[in-house]
Amino acid sequence: MSQPTATRARPVSPHLTIYRWRPTMAMSIAHRITGIALYFGMLLVAAWLVAAASGPVWFDNANWLAGSWFGILVLIGFTWALFHHLFGGIRHYIWDTGVGMGKETSTLLAWLTLAASLLCTAVTWAVYFIWF
Amino acid sequence: MKAMRTPLRTVRGLGSAHEGTSHFWITRISGVALVPLSLFAIGLVFSLLGKDHAAALAALGRPVVAIPLILFVIIGVEHMRLGIQESIADYIHGELLKVAVLMLNTAFCLLVGAAGVFSLLIIAFGA
Repeated sequence: MSQPTATRARPVSPHLTIYRWRPTMAMSIAHRITGIALYFGMLLVAAWLVAAASGPVWFDNANWLAGSWFGILVLIGFTWALFHHLFGGIRHYIWDTGVGMGKETSTLLAWLTLAASLLCTAVTWAVYFIWF
Repeated sequence: MKAMRTPLRTVRGLGSAHEGTSHFWITRISGVALVPLSLFAIGLVFSLLGKDHAAALAALGRPVVAIPLILFVIIGVEHMRLGIQESIADYIHGELLKVAVLMLNTAFCLLVGAAGVFSLLIIAFGA
């Protein structure tokens, strides 16, 4: 009898574990992870809207949860994920025009993505804690 | 003359998923729309944190708020569906499990979208 399928693991091409970490690689992974986080974050947005549409008791409970230390922590993470994914997307739009692909430029863009997302998150929450 | 066509002719521009670059393209276009829409959503949520129910309803029910928020939810869930579909294709290789998870992805996005839009409409129409 011939065996059409492999009976032992065949060598596969090099993957994440073999490469030295680079800023571009880290930001690429962060882009995907923040995208997945936002996927579930949108569920929170929808839940908040459902609570608002369901009446004052539901809305007050949702707001209490959002205003608790855990809720604030989740919201800070949510804000950072959104800014990071947003700036990561803009980075992709720059690449789509064909520029910024060089080694130095792409590394700079990776750092700028991180810096811009952290800065915007910090500014947003500073505004919140100072004015609200 | 049909037989003169090579298989390449029928596949050109469509690729293995038979939809060409539309997945890539819709992800990009929806992403562009989401830049202003998500910034708007962040601003709105911050302006409503700590407000009571009546104030939130008054803000959410106004057309200048409700319309961009509805667009944010609809375009957002489509962008989410496409992005996660790509991740599923990258990481899940078993055909049966992959199809099941792809269906779950679509169902999740439809459910989140329907919940968000319906709630906004209820608020806007004052039900």
